[in-house]
Amino acid sequence: MQTGNKRKKLFLLMTGALCGFLNGFFGAGGGTVAVPMLRKSGLGEKEAHATSVAVILAVTAVSATFYLIRGSVAISDTLGYIYTGVFGAALGAYVLKKISVVWLKRIFGALIMAASVRMFLR
Amino acid sequence: MNGFLMAVVGFFAAVIGSMGLGGGGILLLYISAFTDIPQLKAQGINLIFFLPIGAVSLFFHIKNRLVDKKAALLTVLTAVPTAVLGAFLASAVSQDLLRKGLAVFLFFLGARELIGSFKKKRRL
Repeated sequence: MQTGNKRKKLFLLMTGALCGFLNGFFGAGGGTVAVPMLRKSGLGEKEAHATSVAVILAVTAVSATFYLIRGSVAISDTLGYIYTGVFGAALGAYVLKKISVVWLKRIFGALIMAASVRMFLR
Repeated sequence: MNGFLMAVVGFFAAVIGSMGLGGGGILLLYISAFTDIPQLKAQGINLIFFLPIGAVSLFFHIKNRLVDKKAALLTVLTAVPTAVLGAFLASAVSQDLLRKGLAVFLFFLGARELIGSFKKKRRL
């Protein structure tokens, strides 16, 4: 998207609105849709993936708050995953920096297709 | 799930999640498939898990200059209120048909990405 800064800003606002709504309503899908939409707004593939993490983090914080308030889950339930997860996060960031764009698209595409099939069959 | 398995699963889920590949739901997929943990709790675990994981990833992504901060701010600005709206609507409306529709859409989105990765383009 090259034309007009205003148009780009509007598109990004729309992207956020759609992704936020998808995540709030379905509990999923927002982060996935964010990547191609961010690409369309002019970001490179890696930048789209990295920036989508920011969006996912924001909407996740919103949803997580609801879950904690309702008592559906306790933080202690998650610690077993998080101890090593933080190292995985650092590694993932390194991999994103190094991976080729071709493989990034390939893996992303395959993972979404698999997840969508599962979502359909739920 | 024993502690060791949780550690391994958490590690790999975080790798995938931090690359923006799982849409923030990769751990949920695993928990739903391999444990008896009820759906709502599993969703909650997935959400809370992503908070520190997303924060750590984002820290490194910003350090690696991969985050477009302006784009992030604009998208987050509208994403937060609509997430709240969506959450409220979710309890009021039947999700089933809509979920199937989203699944179909995501399937083609994924196919487009996958097929696109095999094409030679000036800019991927």
